[in-house]
Amino acid sequence: MNHGTFQKHYHLMLLPGIILLIVFSFIPMAGIAVAFQDFKIGLGFSRSPWIGLENFKYLFDMRDSRSIFFNTVNIAFWKIVANLLIPLVFAVLLNEVRYVLFKRWVQSIVYLPHFLSWVILSGIIIDLLSLGGVVNKTLQQLGMDPVMFLGSNAYFPFIVISSDVWKEFGFNTIIFLAALTGISSPLYEAADIDGASWLQKVRHVTLPGITPTIVLLATLSIGNILNAGFDQIFNMYNPLVYESGDIIDTYVYRVGIVQAQFGLATAVGLMKSVIAMVLIVISYQLAGRFANYRIF
Amino acid sequence: MVRNKTWTSRTWIIALYVLMALIAIASLAPILHAIAVSFSDKAVAAAGKVTLWPVGFNTLAYETIMYDRNFLGSFIVSVNRVLLGGVINFLLTVLMAYPLSRQASEFRCRNMYMWFLIAMMLFSAGVIPLYILIKFLGLFDSLWALVLPTAVPVFNVILLINFFRSIPKELPEAGYMDGAGPWYMLVKIYIPLSAPALATVTLFSIVTHWNTFFDGLIFMRNMENYPLQTYIQQFVVETSTQNVSSSEQIELLKRLSNQTLNAAKMVIAMVPIFLVYPFLQRFFIHGIMLGSVKE
Repeated sequence: MNHGTFQKHYHLMLLPGIILLIVFSFIPMAGIAVAFQDFKIGLGFSRSPWIGLENFKYLFDMRDSRSIFFNTVNIAFWKIVANLLIPLVFAVLLNEVRYVLFKRWVQSIVYLPHFLSWVILSGIIIDLLSLGGVVNKTLQQLGMDPVMFLGSNAYFPFIVISSDVWKEFGFNTIIFLAALTGISSPLYEAADIDGASWLQKVRHVTLPGITPTIVLLATLSIGNILNAGFDQIFNMYNPLVYESGDIIDTYVYRVGIVQAQFGLATAVGLMKSVIAMVLIVISYQLAGRFANYRIF
Repeated sequence: MVRNKTWTSRTWIIALYVLMALIAIASLAPILHAIAVSFSDKAVAAAGKVTLWPVGFNTLAYETIMYDRNFLGSFIVSVNRVLLGGVINFLLTVLMAYPLSRQASEFRCRNMYMWFLIAMMLFSAGVIPLYILIKFLGLFDSLWALVLPTAVPVFNVILLINFFRSIPKELPEAGYMDGAGPWYMLVKIYIPLSAPALATVTLFSIVTHWNTFFDGLIFMRNMENYPLQTYIQQFVVETSTQNVSSSEQIELLKRLSNQTLNAAKMVIAMVPIFLVYPFLQRFFIHGIMLGSVKE
């Protein structure tokens, strides 16, 4: 086919989207300059004083920066691990269910919280875990002292991670279930003839069969190691748990938008974006090499 | 499939079904709890005595909401946002995916555009430069601030590119022979053949628009312009967690707030998701498969 005459139509189709991307994604990149300024919104870019790496220096000297970085990686890492292992075990078990309608119902129910917002889910969790909430009432009935769950640095990261599992485990379960149906049944039949037990079949047929999917999901999640979940933590934390729960994104919000220290907040955001981009590119390359995955 | 004798034993099967049912119930329990509280007697709810079933059933909370102008206003902002944002997302996704699904030999600049798109997806300037931009453009308090920054959902574009590429080449070739131009082919061949994929990406963007609270929080100065999730975040969730320095204060705020009313607001915000959920579920699995695990 000769597509010469089509070219200009193709450009025309792309035009609106490209313009919007330039305005709302590309031009803000020039705003990164703010990271090297003592930016005052009244003065604008041209008249705000340039201060070189001052913002970054402040960032590295700051007492809190280490704990914020640690909290981010800590929460994100355990979320990644839990959101791989729990759906994996759950999918392998659910796959044993033969009654299709039951299986579909379970699948639909555990998948529902994925589509609800953290605003709503956090609201529900805060209510459940408050001192007068159902959880503490139950503890009291069992003769235990009530616990201030969301005000305790000992509990907060665990609550964040486990409630994230509640919201998201249905999602990966579906991916694993799809991979499980791809394992050919003759393999199981052969194992049966050899007298394999259920555990042996899981160990020697099921797990090797879905290893590519596990590797793929694991590598793709590398890029999320700095995403501890802004929406969730923003809606669940309070000053009492900054020590264990304050993450890069919540810090950027408080410093940048609430306190209007735009330079410092942009510097923090820039560091995060650069690290995240490098990790995503690496993870895509690894996924391409080990799992034959190409997104485009 | 032939199953092993030891596993087939009845106890194991019953244990498995019970376990799965318990996990499903546990996943649903917090949501059922919120629904139960919203229909319960105020005092009983405040005492923490409501679990999964309403105690002292009444619809007072919902009746109160019917007169809450701020809440209703926010609901309408959210509906407008979903409609406007959904339409813009849909149009731009289709318009961008079609030319980009051509081979580089058919569309010479294809790869250049593609790299631009991927660069925009991988690297973001972060929230502060966008905030400053919206301020400079004078879009604070405007619905456009909620729909334009996310007007091009790059991930959805990529999903749709992959789907368009799976459509057999013979169809556009036949169309070309009959003298069809690119617009005609997009509208008459590609869009009708991609109904499930389009439903998937549209539902994605509807759910995202409905659920987002953060842009409403930072771009809307006047609370009349808050979308519903921002409203709930500010007046239901935040009052119980933020700006407090001691646990006593949190408890005080907690007691002052009206649990049944708050629960009812959250339930109303969940209803649209429940309504689209059956469709979401059907198309979504399809959608995940479009984007991942390809040979």
